[in-house]
Amino acid sequence: MRYLRPLSMEDAIGMITNSAGTVAVLAGGSDLLVRMKGGFVEPDLIVDIKAIEGLSEIRETAEGFSIGAAVPCAVLGEHAALRKAWPGVVEAANLIGSKQVQGRCTIAGNLCNASPAADSVPALVAAGAKALVAGPKGNRTVPVEAIPTGPGKTSLAKGEIVREILLEKRPPRAGDAYLRFIPRTEMDIAVVSAGVNLTLDAKGAVTSARVALGAVAPTVVLVEEAAGILVGSRLDDATLEKLAKACSDACRPIDDKRGTIAFRRKVAGVLARRAAAAAYARAGGK
Amino acid sequence: MAGLAVSTTINGDSVEYLCQPDETLLDVLRDRLGLTGAKEGCGTGDCGACSIILDGRLVCSCLVLGAEAEGRRVETIEGMADGDVLHPLQQKFIEHAALQCGICTPGFLIAAKDLLARNPDPTEEEIRFGLAGNLCRCTGYDKIVRAVQDAASVMRAA
Amino acid sequence: MTAGFDPRYVKRDFASIGTRPLRPDGIDKVTGRARYGADFNMAGQLVGRVLRSPHAHARIRSIDTSKAEQLAGVKAVITAADLPDLTDGDAAMYDILDNCMARGKALYDGHAVAAVAAVDARTAKQALKLIAVEYEILPHVTDVDEAMMASAPVINDGVFTDGVEPKPAKPSNVAKRSQFGHGDVDAGFGQAEVIVERSFRTEQTHQGYIEPHACVASVSADGMADLWVCTQGHFVYRQHCAQLLGLEASKLRVTSSEIGGGFGGKTHVWAEPVALALSRKAGRPVKLVMTRDEVFRASGPTSATSIDVRIGARRDGTITAAEATLRYSGGAYSGAWAELGAMTAFACYGLENVRTVGFDVLVNRPKCAAYRAPSAPMAAFAVESVVDELAGRIGMNAVDFRIRNAAREGTRSSYGPVYGPIGIGPTLEAVKMHPQMQAPLKKNQGRGMACGFWFNFGGQTCSDLNIGMDGSVSLAVGTVDVGGSRASLSLVAAEELGIDYSQVRAVVADTSSLGYNDMTDGSRGTFSSSMATISAARNAIRIMRERAAQMWDIPVDEVGWEMGHAVALGEKNGNLGRLSLKEIAAASGKTGGPIAGHSELVADGAGVSFATHICDVEVDPETGATRVLRYAVVQDAGKAVHPTYVEGQYQGGAAQGIGWALNEEYIYGRDGRLQNAGFLDYRIPVCSDLPMIDTQILEIPNPNHPYGVRGVGETSIVPPLAAIANAVSNAVGVRMTHIPMSPPRILAALEAERAG
Repeated sequence: MRYLRPLSMEDAIGMITNSAGTVAVLAGGSDLLVRMKGGFVEPDLIVDIKAIEGLSEIRETAEGFSIGAAVPCAVLGEHAALRKAWPGVVEAANLIGSKQVQGRCTIAGNLCNASPAADSVPALVAAGAKALVAGPKGNRTVPVEAIPTGPGKTSLAKGEIVREILLEKRPPRAGDAYLRFIPRTEMDIAVVSAGVNLTLDAKGAVTSARVALGAVAPTVVLVEEAAGILVGSRLDDATLEKLAKACSDACRPIDDKRGTIAFRRKVAGVLARRAAAAAYARAGGK
Repeated sequence: MAGLAVSTTINGDSVEYLCQPDETLLDVLRDRLGLTGAKEGCGTGDCGACSIILDGRLVCSCLVLGAEAEGRRVETIEGMADGDVLHPLQQKFIEHAALQCGICTPGFLIAAKDLLARNPDPTEEEIRFGLAGNLCRCTGYDKIVRAVQDAASVMRAA
Repeated sequence: MTAGFDPRYVKRDFASIGTRPLRPDGIDKVTGRARYGADFNMAGQLVGRVLRSPHAHARIRSIDTSKAEQLAGVKAVITAADLPDLTDGDAAMYDILDNCMARGKALYDGHAVAAVAAVDARTAKQALKLIAVEYEILPHVTDVDEAMMASAPVINDGVFTDGVEPKPAKPSNVAKRSQFGHGDVDAGFGQAEVIVERSFRTEQTHQGYIEPHACVASVSADGMADLWVCTQGHFVYRQHCAQLLGLEASKLRVTSSEIGGGFGGKTHVWAEPVALALSRKAGRPVKLVMTRDEVFRASGPTSATSIDVRIGARRDGTITAAEATLRYSGGAYSGAWAELGAMTAFACYGLENVRTVGFDVLVNRPKCAAYRAPSAPMAAFAVESVVDELAGRIGMNAVDFRIRNAAREGTRSSYGPVYGPIGIGPTLEAVKMHPQMQAPLKKNQGRGMACGFWFNFGGQTCSDLNIGMDGSVSLAVGTVDVGGSRASLSLVAAEELGIDYSQVRAVVADTSSLGYNDMTDGSRGTFSSSMATISAARNAIRIMRERAAQMWDIPVDEVGWEMGHAVALGEKNGNLGRLSLKEIAAASGKTGGPIAGHSELVADGAGVSFATHICDVEVDPETGATRVLRYAVVQDAGKAVHPTYVEGQYQGGAAQGIGWALNEEYIYGRDGRLQNAGFLDYRIPVCSDLPMIDTQILEIPNPNHPYGVRGVGETSIVPPLAAIANAVSNAVGVRMTHIPMSPPRILAALEAERAG
């Protein structure tokens, strides 16, 4: 096993493409080191990307926000402008693990770990976030939902690294929220989760919506039908009930040690409803 | 597997060590440097017993590679007291009997120190959520929360 | 019993007992200096690692260790062949041996099958991969009810149900049937006007100590051996290890490290004989530390249970009959866990007609160990749930109903003995007056209360109290300090000698420095070692009186002892005044040498212990999530030696019970493998899960202890399962019968109720 800490993305990509064995990209390490400890992965090469210039920064640009792949989630919570613009994304990032884990984990890593239960991913999908991917053939930008393809699997080719997560600039009267269900109050993996992102018109009617569910299918589910139900509404009770049902129906969950199919279906609807109400309030809806 | 030479700062002192690429900082602290105050309760970031502060940020040392400490500042429980003068949190943990077996105590103290550095006057709820990454199986947390509250008030008055 | 020692309670005013000084091990524990199991190293030490069965039940056809042995850096590889059977027909010891290293069959996921010692962890890990084990997979059973079925695979064909006449012709998974009770239960139910009958289940839980098992073993060629280990009972570990390894007990010195939690889980050897065997084979010290995954898969959790309870009462609130059938899984070995459940189930009540039957059942899970008042919480959950429901059915307040039926002094307990002065009634009266009972409840909130009982234990105990020449006192005890007992025992020494707490230092002595001590279990640490400390102090005082008599040149019967001083008694000695302990100690070199008091005794008469808890919860009806809003513990301590640590025991037990009630459980897959062997998915309560836990210490002196002390460590985990189940049931309007009441279970119960 080798450990390398490149200073440039070009070097990092070169190290990976030139390596014959298994390579692990190390950002926060909160998933990688656990998998190494359990013997589930024994990389021949660890490429630590934290020393690469620019990867540990959050930049506010004319288009919105760019979050470097090595930025710990705790830093997201300390970034006032980001918190104000994308409270749902930030609260999701700040629910991962403990304070200790948040000091290490990154949303790019959370995305690339490709767990169906990843906390930040439903919020990012709802937010319409994009991933800037660097690779041997140059950079490409894809919607975040294009990265995970199944539990533990991604669409990234060898040598490709997610270098930034991009969030758009917020229009007025927009809000997002993320809720997850866990048995305890902290420290658990989401049993089911929901991210909702809304934009309202001046009268408080929803003009655009994105609803994403976590831990109810092999990858995060973007529920188009739920968005359709919300658009044009002012989130009256009947709309929220329809939303809940649409979300429950969109689930393809499994029974496992964390929850049952019936529980996940039911609670997915409950959380979507509650998250929609929270996002609506944040967008200034009443 | 070649050893990696690492230069770092631990509790204010310059330290150099050799470690393997897959060796965690917790293993380095405990097995190479004799700093056994950080404990391995799980090795997976779920119990907080190995908490340290790395460049001002609270982390589990079991989730950091030893190699990653190169050029950084590490604070451990061994550096918390100023000589024989205990940190107010250490003093209050003893006074309030915030420990029974004591295995989780170093991690709690480090986490509580970080919490109070960020929020000198936390509510009970903020303390409880702030320390949720540290498991204690003996106390039911009651006396830990009280000790942190008391230490916070002493530190604010200082 | 030390000659002349009178353990009976005598009412007195205390100077030290009941105060709250700082613990002597405090600074070490807040600075990281305290040394736990994994914090100790020896020169030339190797790293030990254990290979474990991935199968729930499998015959081991062969183990080929040759490749592992050839790996550079590997110094020893062992299998069961390196631990020959020296148990000489002792079935319990044979089970321990088999559990340490599988002999022929692997009986659960995680069962040790081989072990290596290598120069470092990486090499040891690599060596494990090179060991080839050929398994023949056998049908398995992990569920307690399924294991009792005739169709279940038999785990051990040498097990024929004990306690059944005539002895069964065929082996089964039922290791033992036990029965307790008295009166005519059928006639009692005939007198009942209301009968409630229900079935309950509880899932398997783990003590969840934060420190994994760890030891350093060193066996020398001349048969001398040392073991450093985190344990609740180093003398017991010495006995077991010596017997299993064929060592002479006196040549094996066991030192107990600081212990990072035990709760009953560090009362059995698992890794220690393996570490010693590796050291013996390698000729070097071996350090063996379990991973968290290994702790869950291969140490000793508590039983899963299936319990039926039936209680009948008259409308005036008098229970006329009670019965329970209790089935407890013991892991893959025989145990007596159901027996304890059957004994404790109805112990809180004075019943004319009562019968309990327990079945100890083998399943393909790790060998159960004690967990804080072992077996009592599950029985209390079932019984206290039915008691609550019965009170409701006859329209009586749950507390009043219990007060009416509570056991009292003179009651014949459901498990046999007649009670002396006990605390169940007083705890109930205190709960009735507790302010929490008046706190308003909102929508979706509910309140529950429940009672609990534990026997407590005394046992063999030995202490030494040495008076230094400067008058300071060192106290050597043999009971491991799991939660502050060195402070409590220092208080006891100070009290008895009449000196200040700060003059005493208590240490836990190793097995070569003190006579045999039973382990710290059964809530005995402070109870028994305080008795031995009092006895040792009285012996030291006798010697100091003799020395004073010598110094004064008067007969010893003219010397008394008051407040840390020898006093000359009688008018004729009026001019002699007093000699302080310090003065007597300073002169000891000239008056006969060192001064010490020793004590060896069996601490009989551990007073039984009762508690009543109150719990308020709020349940989210849409998700089934439960939040504990308020919690109060009322328990009899006999006499609280160090009240802060008594409170700590009450709070800690309640918190463990809350975790058990709501979220903690072993989850096995259909393949018989444990799916949640880590703190991520075995969910013990975190800080934000709990409220402050209110405590109230009652003191009903134990007549069999000089200060009235009763054990306090275990009872606090007995009522929570029931108290929380009653609270949740009251909040949601559905009787919850399956622990843990995880959100999916609560939501499913609510949906079933809504569906009618």
